[in-house]
Amino acid sequence: MNATGPITTGPHPGTTASAQPSPGTTAIAQPCPVATWEELVTSALLGTDRRRPPVAVPPGKDLSAALLDAAAVETVRRRAGLRPADAAGLPERAAPDERPPLPAAARRRLALLLADRPGSGSGRRSTAPDLTELLPQWLAAANDHGYAAPAELLPALLDAARGRTDLRPQALRFAGPRALWLAHLNPDWKFALRTSPGGNALPRARDIEGVQRLWEEGLFAERVALLAAVRADAPEAARELLAGTWSTERAEDRLMFLDSLRAGLSDGDESFLERALSDRSRNVRATAAELLSALPNSALAARMADRASPCVAMDETRSGITVEAPHACDAAMERDGVVSQAPSGRGQRAWWLGQLVEATPLATWPSRLGGRSPEEITALPVRDDWRPELHAAWCRAAVRQRDAVWARALLGVPSAPEAGGPGAVSLAERAKLLAVLPAAERAEWVAGFIDAHGLSEAFQLLGVCNLPWSGTLGRAVVDALNIARDAGSYPWSFSGVMGLAERCLDPAETSRLESLTAISDEPEDGAPGAVGYWAEAFQRLVGTLRLRAAMIAEMTPPGAAADTRP
Amino acid sequence: MAASNVEDMNQQGVRWTADQVLALAPDAASRKAGSKLGAAGPWSEAGSSSAGAVWGLCKGSGSKPYQTVVDTTGPAYKCSCPSRKFPCKHALGLLLLWAGPDGADGTVPEARPPEWAEQWLADRRERAAEQDEPAPSAGKGGEAEGARRRAERRAERATAGATELEQRLTDLLRGGLAGAESAGYEMWEETARRMVDAQVPGLASRVQELGSIPGSGAGWPVRLLEECALLHLLDQAWLRREQLPGPLAATVRTRLGLPVSAGGPPVRDQWLVLAQYDSAEGKLTTRRIWLYGEESGRTALLLSFGAAGRAPELALPVGLVLDAELSSYPGAGQLRAALGERFAVPEPRPLRPTTLDVADATAAYGIALRDDPWLESWPVTLGGVVPVQEEGGGGRGGGGGGGWQLADADGKFALPVADKAVSRPGLWKLVAISGGAPVTVFGECGHGGFTPLTAWPAEPGAEAISLS
Repeated sequence: MNATGPITTGPHPGTTASAQPSPGTTAIAQPCPVATWEELVTSALLGTDRRRPPVAVPPGKDLSAALLDAAAVETVRRRAGLRPADAAGLPERAAPDERPPLPAAARRRLALLLADRPGSGSGRRSTAPDLTELLPQWLAAANDHGYAAPAELLPALLDAARGRTDLRPQALRFAGPRALWLAHLNPDWKFALRTSPGGNALPRARDIEGVQRLWEEGLFAERVALLAAVRADAPEAARELLAGTWSTERAEDRLMFLDSLRAGLSDGDESFLERALSDRSRNVRATAAELLSALPNSALAARMADRASPCVAMDETRSGITVEAPHACDAAMERDGVVSQAPSGRGQRAWWLGQLVEATPLATWPSRLGGRSPEEITALPVRDDWRPELHAAWCRAAVRQRDAVWARALLGVPSAPEAGGPGAVSLAERAKLLAVLPAAERAEWVAGFIDAHGLSEAFQLLGVCNLPWSGTLGRAVVDALNIARDAGSYPWSFSGVMGLAERCLDPAETSRLESLTAISDEPEDGAPGAVGYWAEAFQRLVGTLRLRAAMIAEMTPPGAAADTRP
Repeated sequence: MAASNVEDMNQQGVRWTADQVLALAPDAASRKAGSKLGAAGPWSEAGSSSAGAVWGLCKGSGSKPYQTVVDTTGPAYKCSCPSRKFPCKHALGLLLLWAGPDGADGTVPEARPPEWAEQWLADRRERAAEQDEPAPSAGKGGEAEGARRRAERRAERATAGATELEQRLTDLLRGGLAGAESAGYEMWEETARRMVDAQVPGLASRVQELGSIPGSGAGWPVRLLEECALLHLLDQAWLRREQLPGPLAATVRTRLGLPVSAGGPPVRDQWLVLAQYDSAEGKLTTRRIWLYGEESGRTALLLSFGAAGRAPELALPVGLVLDAELSSYPGAGQLRAALGERFAVPEPRPLRPTTLDVADATAAYGIALRDDPWLESWPVTLGGVVPVQEEGGGGRGGGGGGGWQLADADGKFALPVADKAVSRPGLWKLVAISGGAPVTVFGECGHGGFTPLTAWPAEPGAEAISLS
């Protein structure tokens, strides 16, 4: 649109300029009393040859020029006589945000991070850091400090969270109450009302009437949020809520509600879950069984232990394990969540065995296998090639029951030769087992793994380590990268790990990396040009680490610890 | 020019703020790229001199580092990189490093410029000295005579152009505007070309805009008649300029796009930067910077132009206050001024312009039309207004999405937000800043509605936030 938009500021709101007399002109003296604006427009539209305009034509003047004269006067008069419109109703005000404001430098940083849209740069990874990857960290740090988001950046923040689901929890927590207020005004941001806890001010758990009303009348998303909130406060009340309407819920909703019980799962949930084992929907039954098997004290776990125990025993020589897989899958097993039909390519009996063992409390095994410890048990040979099947099931059990002792035993020593290759336990399973261990131990294990086996298999394992990487882990990664460089390969073989390192390495490592940014001599058998690319890759790594250090330093409230820069 | 004064200031060791540096960036991409280079990593042998020079070597992807040098008194930039951005990201990064917290005591220490930098700096000094010397006065009479003759010829061509345009307008009205819709864009293009040939760019661009009105949605005949009538008024004013009062005649010259120069006496004031925004017209980028004088209470407009993808050179961050002299351009109702001597680097200060309510803002535009009937809008600062979504939504202009208003805090009167501003991200910024509470908003108020450009949140001492 150019500036010739409609006149909208007449005294009657919503009056669009059509061929009508402008109401804004009423208060002004009429210099051209004969012609109304409407008549001028009609004449102009049809042409003065066809419709004579009601204007006086001075001698020697063209009729259409006289029309233009009159229209010019009218136009300026109309514009000069503009009046404000009546105001539409004033909006409700946004709830105040009591958190302290961001320090100025951090505010500028956020503006830059939000301005950096993916795909805006050139294709090749340059030496400059990728700012979008830093946004999640920035948000987490700001939330740790408990800062309020600057209002003028809320639209960009909401747009970013709209495009990236993974950002939403942190972004919306940071964005605060004003973002929800905004989300009511712009349909693009509706997701914020759905996603955020307390998006529509949930009633407190003690407000029994309010809870009951929302539970019965609310939208599905609101009910899920309500259930989670009540469950955090009063698990018993949450279960009653769920049980009250359970039979009337749709199957897919029952599944989602059941799934939300994962958080804060406890023995108190058992009787409810046990009832869900007879649900109409197969998916609901399976989920209930899975949740029950994560409760080692549950009746289902005991039943599974009874079924699994006879299948696994010490052999006659007392030096190894023999396995006798179940011969049938009866109705009771199916009720407890065992899927009878094996996927194609898998033996029927091995499939049943796996499901029984993974749902059996791990504490069953030491007493069953001669009082041996988990380490001893996992070290025992398993007869007739049952080892992969059995160990994989134990892995799933350790993950499900969050059993660190078993996880440790199943992971073994990181430097063991079979740890590097495809052994009994796959990399994906190892990553899951690692997640069960305490953070520090996890980092140690991965560091040991990288020291022994290099980086080529480490990507998945690094993904489960806490941020920033611990000193040992960070050093192991940097050393391994250095070794890879000296070996003369190209850095993009390691771009996944490089990208992780940019995000996860402790900025304190920057000084150790400095020396690696220099261009060293080409190794004799190295790939041509690799040395330059490595220098570039390390430059980028160092640049990103510096940026992260600056980012964190900027969060420090003014006045507190003036110099936290490295 | 101002070089000597600014130099004095830098000798006292004033380094810029990061915001001031970033405001020099030609576009968002450069700002981002420059920010990334504003850390010690890629830089070596960086230094600065008391005369306002900053230099350094920046490691790029090649083996040879780029040589970057900036003369902050200009500011002027030189870099050995191939970038066509101006200033390039290296110059911005270098200035950020210099402005940064470690700049003074480590990363960019005071030093003597190295040879490669010194050469360029010396050349600049030489050229500046030449310009400061008064023009040779010999042959002045002859030159003035030549200039007068050239101006006369230009005026004659403008008259020919205006006469021809009058003919075309009256022809159009005789046949009726309804025919304009079917005649299509070419008719206007051709007329616009004739005006370019007549060296009246102001008429040419108006004619071009006329071409976009037919068929542009409900009420287009009204808009077309309005613009034709105003164009006719401008033609007539030029053809009878001898009968006009001097200031109005100057306004007409300006509207025609004939050369005018800032002749007003320099006015020194503390100028608050109210807004800065760019618009692209063909290959030319026009930057508009609105200023508000603390003492004079005047609002003034600076224009700066950038050709062929270059950013306009002048950059003043919103919210900073500039101690400088402005001299105004001639013409009634004209706010344009030229920036003269600058006495200090702009600095943030909690200065705010005087404000109007909604009714006074429309009145201010109406009054301004007395001096210049061709005004599209008038700069005003609204005090205590709330952005309000219009009921029903999507009513105006058919642009999709709801319309918006800025309403007085008592909820009585409101100004509609201009259609083109409704679709800009700045509007949502404004809504977010307000949160339903009254805010102060600077913008342009005209017959097409209000275009918000800058907002101040309600909290006392809150910084100005640019919406453009």
